[in-house]
Amino acid sequence: MSYELHRPRSLDEALALLERHEDAHVMAGATAMVLLMRQGLVRPERVVSLRDAGMSGIRREADGTLWIGATTTIRDAETSDAVRAHCAALAETFGRVATVRVRCQATIGGNLAHADPAQDPPPMLIAIGAEAELARAGGARRRIAVEDLLVDQFATAIDPGELLVGVRVPPPAPGTRATYVKFLPKTEDDYATVSVAAAVRVADGRIADARIALGSVGATAIRARKTEQALRGAAPQQIADAAAIVRDEIDAIDDLRGSAAYKREMARVWTERAVRSLMA
Amino acid sequence: MSRHTIRFELNGATREVEVEADRLLLDVLRDETGLTGTKEGCRVGICGTCTVLVDGRPMTSCLFPAVHADGTAVRTIEGIAHDRELTPLQTAFIEHGGFQCGICTPGQIVSATALLETHPRPTDEQIREWMMGNLCRCTGYFGIVRAIQAAASA
Ligand SMILES: Cc1cc2nc3c(=O)[nH]c(=O)nc-3n(C[C@H](O)[C@H](O)[C@H](O)COP(=O)(O)OP(=O)(O)OC[C@H]3O[C@@H](n4cnc5c(N)ncnc54)[C@H](O)[C@@H]3O)c2cc1C
Ligand code: FES
Ligand code: FES
Repeated sequence: MSYELHRPRSLDEALALLERHEDAHVMAGATAMVLLMRQGLVRPERVVSLRDAGMSGIRREADGTLWIGATTTIRDAETSDAVRAHCAALAETFGRVATVRVRCQATIGGNLAHADPAQDPPPMLIAIGAEAELARAGGARRRIAVEDLLVDQFATAIDPGELLVGVRVPPPAPGTRATYVKFLPKTEDDYATVSVAAAVRVADGRIADARIALGSVGATAIRARKTEQALRGAAPQQIADAAAIVRDEIDAIDDLRGSAAYKREMARVWTERAVRSLMA
Repeated sequence: MSRHTIRFELNGATREVEVEADRLLLDVLRDETGLTGTKEGCRVGICGTCTVLVDGRPMTSCLFPAVHADGTAVRTIEGIAHDRELTPLQTAFIEHGGFQCGICTPGQIVSATALLETHPRPTDEQIREWMMGNLCRCTGYFGIVRAIQAAASA
């Protein structure tokens, strides 16, 4: 690897660089970039480091939306009181990424932009309806649901010249509870064999609303809309049947962490367990 | 390849080095500053032998671009003991079987130092969670956990 490195001191400066050099690669915490470059999967001629671009920070906005700046480290998000108060399950999901050491370096934006389907935060962010905010030079901004941001394995809807500037998490609907389960048959610091994020609202002992997203079972984190539909209105004894639908909704392939058949079965098991835990 | 002059504090002393854009902190430490206490194990972020503290936080120096150390305070295993006097944590590693072959030990000590600076009285759960990023093929981890517990209650 042999590249020209830019170290912009502000977001505007970073965006101006990306406008001028559309082929430039962005680097945040560098935990994924260093490995991609070493493996020759990315061979940039130009890299823009966001380290000093002033894009980190967490705040709650007047309308109750939680904002997490793109270069906020996963560790800072995990340990933030504002994140925990907004959605404890989100803070806990950040805490499931790799190890403390990796979380101190890796960023929220890098995690999303990397778009590895085995990552932990994306399913949770999808289940709680989070949006990514993208910016380009000149002040243009757009918002896109996290589930639409992730278009394929290692591919996102971020256009050339654009930067992910942060993540917006809407205030949870009253009575909504969420959880993230990461099935790790090997070691605690591994990527999941299957992971399930569930956000459920319960009313009168039945599921009034549900959002389910899974990781490690397809080219992207996958939202399980048919399963969600079957869960709506379900009483506790109907959860198992609804969760079984997830087997056909995912697109698992054999990998080091399990065969496709095993992953389908574990997706069913863990979807059921996740939803049940929220009814208790 | 662009070259960059970076200034950082290394174990308390200001250092200025010129590095290529893709140079990693691990290699700068070992090859340019002569501090070889920081070890290279896996070079892919898993084993933790290369752990150093950047502004007090544990970082994976094999994945950390040296340019990102510009303006920070870096602490390596060489900067843990004060004036050649071991810290209570280091002594506890000796007394409680915290190492055998020793290859993982610099990373273990650096990580555990940050743990105790963040949580002076960690629970067993906090110790295990924090130290999960430092693999050890010899001790079976019990000695390491015992050593940290002992240092925390000293
Ligand atoms: C040892 C190890 C274990 C891991 N285990 C897990 C795990 O268990 N769970 C998990 O979820 N993840 C895991 N990861 C992946 C980790 O979460 C990602 O590597 C990390 O989040 C990437 O963030 P970064 O800031 O380091 O990004 P970088 O490496 O700097 O960048 C990653 C990608 O995102 C792009 N990018 C970064 N920021 C932006 C931005 N603001 N706008 C547009 N594009 C951007 C870059 O161009 C690059 O393509 C692990 C990584 C390692 C090294
Ligand atoms: S050498 Fe850096 S984590 Fe193994
Ligand atoms: S003491 Fe040998 S690897 Fe830890």
